[in-house]
Amino acid sequence: MSNSTLSFWEETGNGRTGIMGWLTSTDHKRIGLMYLYILLAMFIVGVFLGLAIRLELIAPGRTIMDAQTYNTVFTLHGVIMIFIVVIPSIPAAIGNLVLPIQLGAEDVAFPRLNLFSWYLYVGGTLLALVSLFTGGGTPDTGWTFYVPFSEFTTTNVSVAVIAVFILGFSSILTGLNFITTIHRLRAPDMTWTKIPLFTWSLYATGWIQVLATPVLGITVLLIFAERVLGVGLFDPNKGGDPILYQHLFWIYSHPAVYIMILPAMGVVSDIIPVFARKPIFGYKTIAFSSLMIAFAGSLVWAHHMFTSGMSDTAVLIFSLLTFIVAIPSAIKVFNWTATLYKGSISVEPPLLYALGFIFLFSVGGLTGLILGSAGTDIHVHDTYFVVSHFHYVIFGGTGFGLFAAMHFWLPKYYGRMYDKTLSKVAFYILFVGFNLLYFPLFIIGLQGMPRRYYDYLPQYQDGHIISTVGSWVLALGLAIMFYNLIKGCLKGEKVNGRNPWGAATLEWTTPTPPPLLNFDREPDTSRKPYDFKGVTPDE
Amino acid sequence: MSNHVHKDYAGAKLGMWLFLFTEVLLFGGMFVLYSAYFHEYPREFHIGGKQLDVVIGTLNTVVLLLSSFSIAAAITYIQQGKKKLALIYTYLTIGAAFIFLVNKTIEWRAKFHHGIWPDSPHLRELSHGENIFFGLYFLMTGLHALHVIIGMVVLSVMVYFLKKDVINQQDFVKLENAGLYWHIVDLIWIFLFPLFYLVL
Repeated sequence: MSNSTLSFWEETGNGRTGIMGWLTSTDHKRIGLMYLYILLAMFIVGVFLGLAIRLELIAPGRTIMDAQTYNTVFTLHGVIMIFIVVIPSIPAAIGNLVLPIQLGAEDVAFPRLNLFSWYLYVGGTLLALVSLFTGGGTPDTGWTFYVPFSEFTTTNVSVAVIAVFILGFSSILTGLNFITTIHRLRAPDMTWTKIPLFTWSLYATGWIQVLATPVLGITVLLIFAERVLGVGLFDPNKGGDPILYQHLFWIYSHPAVYIMILPAMGVVSDIIPVFARKPIFGYKTIAFSSLMIAFAGSLVWAHHMFTSGMSDTAVLIFSLLTFIVAIPSAIKVFNWTATLYKGSISVEPPLLYALGFIFLFSVGGLTGLILGSAGTDIHVHDTYFVVSHFHYVIFGGTGFGLFAAMHFWLPKYYGRMYDKTLSKVAFYILFVGFNLLYFPLFIIGLQGMPRRYYDYLPQYQDGHIISTVGSWVLALGLAIMFYNLIKGCLKGEKVNGRNPWGAATLEWTTPTPPPLLNFDREPDTSRKPYDFKGVTPDE
Repeated sequence: MSNHVHKDYAGAKLGMWLFLFTEVLLFGGMFVLYSAYFHEYPREFHIGGKQLDVVIGTLNTVVLLLSSFSIAAAITYIQQGKKKLALIYTYLTIGAAFIFLVNKTIEWRAKFHHGIWPDSPHLRELSHGENIFFGLYFLMTGLHALHVIIGMVVLSVMVYFLKKDVINQQDFVKLENAGLYWHIVDLIWIFLFPLFYLVL
């Protein structure tokens, strides 16, 4: 243990230094940070594409781009944000940073496989970028690659779907690695009811990654096969059925929504009790509800297809199942509020972002019920109501969950603290901008503005103007937040001691930043993860 | 600390089983398509199925079953420390995989000879249902054949490991996992064979 005083920044463990020390490192903390850097870079690309979409829609008719460019821009925005940013955001980046330490382990179960997953992720990302500049032009199908259009468009869909396949493979291997780690590498006495809730949520997520992603794999492979061989499995002219494509696609892509949101819920479950200085209310129900969401969420895919043609019985069943997913989600929200109730709350930045998550996710979740009931869904299907709903869930949920996680854990890994006042300012700008951007879209969606349309009638313009202005406010908030985080990580005040927030999970008992093998002494697993008695923040 | 070697036999097996789940689900998507289209075109599937060569299909089933036995035997021998026999039986498994692919090639070439390949002019003249049947036939057996090829590569790496004593009497989980993978390749064929050759 002679090297235990060195942090993972200084000690690579593979004898290499500099950039090769990173690219060949099997250390879960380095891999987590490498994921974080790439996906944040891609997030910024996605944000700019989103800003371009909003700017185009500020007025009817052509504003800054032609219709075909608009189609490729919203497709890219979707593919980048969903497959490259949001799905790996919390599980692969933050999960890799935190999960092994929370379990008291030295690393994940398969460190080399972990590095391989990262290379697959990078390869998939690069291939997605290649698809933009080669072949017949940037894909214009939307991120769902719906047939029959995706079979026949001359744009470069073939390369894009292979990129998605590779990214999916990376996601599967990460999930597989985490499940095995949680089963096999818990510290002695780390019983299932002592596992922190963030790790519990990653356990449920891992199962979805392993069980749902292969179906996406085969679906995108089939698109590739259709384009290359022309079998016609989804082409009505050759006897195929496009609805079957939609079934296969959503069998993955609906559970994928829970790959995005469950880890964010785990982050919030870890943050709320720390800043309320109270044990979390209903630990077991929160842990169990993650598994419930993973299970029930796998049975609801066809609610994306209420208007595609299904039997009334099928619609009824999928509508009911969709409502059932709301129960475990609501359990979590009530437990978080119950934890805050009569807590001794300190409003630090991580808590603010977590509260932002609860509010925005609740708005997204409740509007999900409107979409889940068949009658109202037929009215708002494929309108901006849907766009607004999933941005509240995915950006307001996963995005704010990621921001909360970064504010909570980055000081641990960088050993430096950001400017807390500035991060609060950034939060309020972000929060206002977010609602300004997405709330008007609910209204114009209810009024009938269809999604993905390049042009629209003048009566929707007011909503679009507010929304576009909101997008600039949001971008300003993001800029301030990233500036503050980057500056804090590089030059911020040094964090004193191991436990700046006074949290009780294991990652806060290690040195700051943690050493290569995470612990300088045997992890103390006698304490429950949310038992704050005698734990004080290190000033 | 840096040369600390972490060995977790049960963990390695657990990881492999999880991966096998994903393989089952990958093919599961294709089986879903098969059942949906079989429901839609039962008569055409019957006509298509009658045109497949049951003899070659049966032969390939026997070959794969034997290869599952031989890889299991290789694992048993390495557990007993009989490295040479383990190597021979791994070679036999690779050989069986090769025979399977040769048979598959003969079978596919016969189909091509009759003008049946994806999107062929002949197939376009046939009914929708037959087009879908042969489309699924080529995609599903093709995906399976791809897994056979991957299996051959994996088993060849195992031969290398056996020769280098990386796999030995004490540490044979790599060979066991390769064997599990080979069994799933066999198992998927056990489902493909009746669906395409027998029940129709």
